[in-house]
Formats: sequence, structure tokens, C-alpha cells
Amino acid sequence: MATSISKEEVAHVADLAKLSFSDQELEHFTGQLQEIVAMCEKMAEVDTTNVEPTFSVTPNVNHLREDVADNWHEKKALLAQAPDEAADLIKVPAILNGEDEA
Amino acid sequence: MTFNYFDKTLADLNADLKAGKITAEELTKETLANIQATDEDLQAFVRMHEDEALAKARAVDEKGDFSNPLAGIPMAIKDNIATNGLETTGASHILSGFKPVYDATVTTKLNDAGAVIVGKANMDEFAMGGSTETSYYKKTKNAWDHTKVPGGSSGGSAAAVAAGQVPYALGSDTGGSIRQPAAFNGLVGMKPTYGRVSRFGLFAMASSLDQIGPLTRTVKDNALVLNAISGFDKKDSTSVELEVPDFAEKIGQDIKGMKIAVPEEYFQEGISDEVATQVKAAIVQLEAMGATVDKVSLPHTQYGVAAYYILMSSEASSNLQRYDGIRYGFRAPDAKSLEEVYKNTRTEGFGDEVKRRIMLGTFSLSAGAYDAFFKKAAQIRTLIIGDFNKVFADYDLIVGPTTPTQPYGIGEEIGDPKTMYLGDVLTIPVNLAGLPGLSINAGFNGGMPVGMQLIGKPFDEATLYQVAYAFEQVNHFYDQHPVVEGK
Repeated sequence: MATSISKEEVAHVADLAKLSFSDQELEHFTGQLQEIVAMCEKMAEVDTTNVEPTFSVTPNVNHLREDVADNWHEKKALLAQAPDEAADLIKVPAILNGEDEA
Repeated sequence: MTFNYFDKTLADLNADLKAGKITAEELTKETLANIQATDEDLQAFVRMHEDEALAKARAVDEKGDFSNPLAGIPMAIKDNIATNGLETTGASHILSGFKPVYDATVTTKLNDAGAVIVGKANMDEFAMGGSTETSYYKKTKNAWDHTKVPGGSSGGSAAAVAAGQVPYALGSDTGGSIRQPAAFNGLVGMKPTYGRVSRFGLFAMASSLDQIGPLTRTVKDNALVLNAISGFDKKDSTSVELEVPDFAEKIGQDIKGMKIAVPEEYFQEGISDEVATQVKAAIVQLEAMGATVDKVSLPHTQYGVAAYYILMSSEASSNLQRYDGIRYGFRAPDAKSLEEVYKNTRTEGFGDEVKRRIMLGTFSLSAGAYDAFFKKAAQIRTLIIGDFNKVFADYDLIVGPTTPTQPYGIGEEIGDPKTMYLGDVLTIPVNLAGLPGLSINAGFNGGMPVGMQLIGKPFDEATLYQVAYAFEQVNHFYDQHPVVEGK
């Protein structure tokens, strides 16, 4: 099982991850990712038939708490952290493309 | 040089404060002056919180209650642990200017104990790195040799303690980020059992692996700090509802009859002769103190790095989706659409190592790669846990080196991610299995420290401190300290 990652695949993954790379950077990252992925392919040597995957080691199952609303009263402090705000809301550029502003 | 912490333990400082030999305010002023004089060279801190530290110290003096062993004593906190109203960035550009609106649970616990947080310690960006060179802000130096890296990702925390700037610091450890810099700086560094310390307010990297823990010069100091930060927290559903013991309770007890396992895989290829020699000599000392030492095997060790880098990157790529330029931190100024806000902010805001891990994680979780990478890595994690369980059925603890090599030069490995990743081979399995791991100075080679790692059963940190203390007391390596020049 030799997975080689193409530059096109790396570009696709970058798009999923909301990152953009120049052509040169893409070349560089593709090389490095190929090397890392090749290192990780060593895992294929291990027989994992019928081995359950472990995603967490916490012994906890669930911590349930009362369903009580808790207002942290920090709207102002939170808004102050936003890069742009207006009218007590977080402001962002247009979300809809090519349509007139409502 | 004005003042340092080379010759005082937390107990000494506490006694001085109780006796009125020094006030918390005086101690804090001395500490801040010394950091100002020494940090231009060392670069351990990304930012200082001088006013808040002095205010806290005065408040502790006014109260006059030094019953808590940390009361009135200055410390440093890693830049990925939230402090209410005080800039916390994870050493990333994408969080420049970010002031959390809440305290991490460990911050609250420190504040309640009367601890004086003097500033934020430098680190690899979002804790991704092993040399503190991926910080957006500065490059921290090794306290023992300024041409060498301090390790990472908690490199600022380690350098600050090793250079005597503060008596202790908090770090975080996902694959070795407390233990490796502790080893590189001759300190005691503890990664507690997963679930021992609340992760609430720790900037998440890989949530199933991350733990906060202390870096100190001595074993006793380390246990005292862990006492203060441990415990169940309803804000972290993975923290464990277990009573917190006094982690210092076994300190001073002899280690006769202690059953120590030494994995043969921990001394195989890639381990430098200097490290192997020093750690083997340390193990002989433990045997001389009455411990029984046997060779064992942890056969899946060699697959740990691969499994870790897949799991960690996958969790990190998901955790770091939150940094999108909308709600806090940096937003790319030129973005014209929402899509551009996301893409430009992340592209300009993250450094290369963070991007590399986001890419690897996104790839591992993608439809075509999930089974061969993400699921496979999680299955190998199960096998690694099984290896440890087998050994712990017969032994009290596992001992080996913390790192394959001693500290390397600044700039030497940063261009080669794969080599850097392999440096974590001995610490990673401990995180994958959620076990407690402690690094202690095993002595010096060529003037630089070598770390020995003690790995314990889940929630048995007290035994690690017991053995580490016994070793520390026959060697007193902490009496040696680096030469620190002030300006």
C-alpha cells in the first residue's frame, strides 16, 4: 500500500482546510507531506485485524448535569474581542455573492 | 544579575514569606527586575503581566495568609492557558491581541492559591513543535547554552525555570511537550495522567492527548504544584472524579523492592550514546538503592510516532477550525468575502508547522485515507496501551530516556519535520496510553543535561515522585545551574 499524494490532492486538502498556497508552496508542502505519509505507512506492517480502535482513554462515560441555563453576562467582553462589530453584532463581509444587498 | 531562584525551593520561599523575611510584593519586584535583565538574551517570555502580578502580590500580602505553599510566589504560565482579560495567544499570529474572557481552571486554581502569575512563557505555535522555534513571536534559548534549543513545545516555561527567573512554570504536554524541554533544561517535568488536571481553558491541540503539568527544579516542588492544579472539573468532561491525593505523600520513602521495568526498545537505534550511557548509569543507581530492574519489551513502540502524528494532526485539524477570523484574534484586512476572511486569515495567521499538521490531519480524515490512516492509527493506539498493561501487571514503573538525543542547535532541525517528529519517540506512547510520565535530570554530558523518564500506572503520580526524589537526593544535580548573565 504505497499512497503517494499528488500536488492536486494537496491542493484539494488545502481547500478543505481553508488554506491557500502559492504554486511553489504547494510543491514544498507536497514533498514534505509525502515524506510524512511514507513514514506513517509503516503502520501497515502491523496486523490490526479485530483490534478495536481507541479514540480516548478517559474512563468517563458521560458527565450529566442539570439542564439549567447559565448566562455568563459577557456579551460586551466577547464583542470587544471580535475584529469587527456593529450594532451589538459581529460584522463580516458579504456572505452572498452577486446579489443585491437586501 | 539581581536575583534568582537557584538556591530556594518553594518550601524555603514559603518559610521566608511566613517569617516576614520578604513580602510577596518585594519578591515579585525582584523577580520582574531579574526577568527584565536576563530575558533580552533568553527570550523565555512572550509577554509580561507586571501590573497584574504586583497587584496580586500586594493583595496576598494584605491578606497575610501564607498557609498555601504557593501563596505570594511568582510563576510563569504557558501562552496557551487562558487568563481572563490578559492577552493569551498560543504564540500564534492568528490570536494576536486576544484577551480571553475567562480563566482556565488551572488559572483559577493558581489564583485561589495566591500564586503570582508574572507573564506568559513562549512556546511553539499552538504547541506544535519540539524546539519553540515555531513561535510567531520569538526564539527562546536553552538556559544552559544559548546556541541550543530549549526543547518544546513548553520551551519558554522550561528556560524560565532553568535560568532561575521563576521557581516554577506550567506547561502542556501532548506528545512530550513538558518532559522533553524539562530534559533539555535539567528540570523535573510532569505530564500527569490524562484526566488528572482540567483542560478547560487550555487551547486545544489534540484533545484526547493534551494535559497540563508543572516544570520545576526539584521533585518536591513539582508535587506541590501538581497538588494545587489537579482535580475533577465539571467544565472538562474528561477530567476524572477521583480524590486528589497529596502527591508528596511517598516522598522520602525508600524504594527497596520497587519493581522497575526497562523496555529494550527505549535503547535501540536513534538513541545517542551519551543519552544511553547516562540513563543506564542512573538505572544502576536505582538498583543500588534496592529496586529490582528487569528488561521488558514494548513491541509496538516503533509505531508510536506514526500513530501519534496521524491522531494528533486529525484532532488538531478539527480543533483549529475555530480560528477563522470571525469572533476573535486576527482577521486578514483585505478580505472581500466571507470565504476570503476564512482563507486569508488562516493562510496569513498560521505558521508553516501548524499548516503542515492541519493538512496532514485533514488528509487523514478524508474519505480515501480514513481507514488506512486514522482508523489504523487508533488501532495501533490500542496495541500500545496493551503493551503497557502487560508490563504494569508485573511492575511498578517503567524507566528509560526521555529523549533520544541531547539538545541540538537552534535552526538545525527546523527545516526537517520528519527528524523533528522522531525526537518524540519515547514520550509519545505515554500520551497515547494516557499514563503519567515524569522527566528528571539524570546528569550532564558535555555540560548539557540528559533526561530520564519515569512512566507510571494511571493515577499513580505519587510513585513517580517517590522514585524521582530518591534519585534526586543521591545526586543533587539541581545544585548545578547555568550561568545567567543580566544586562
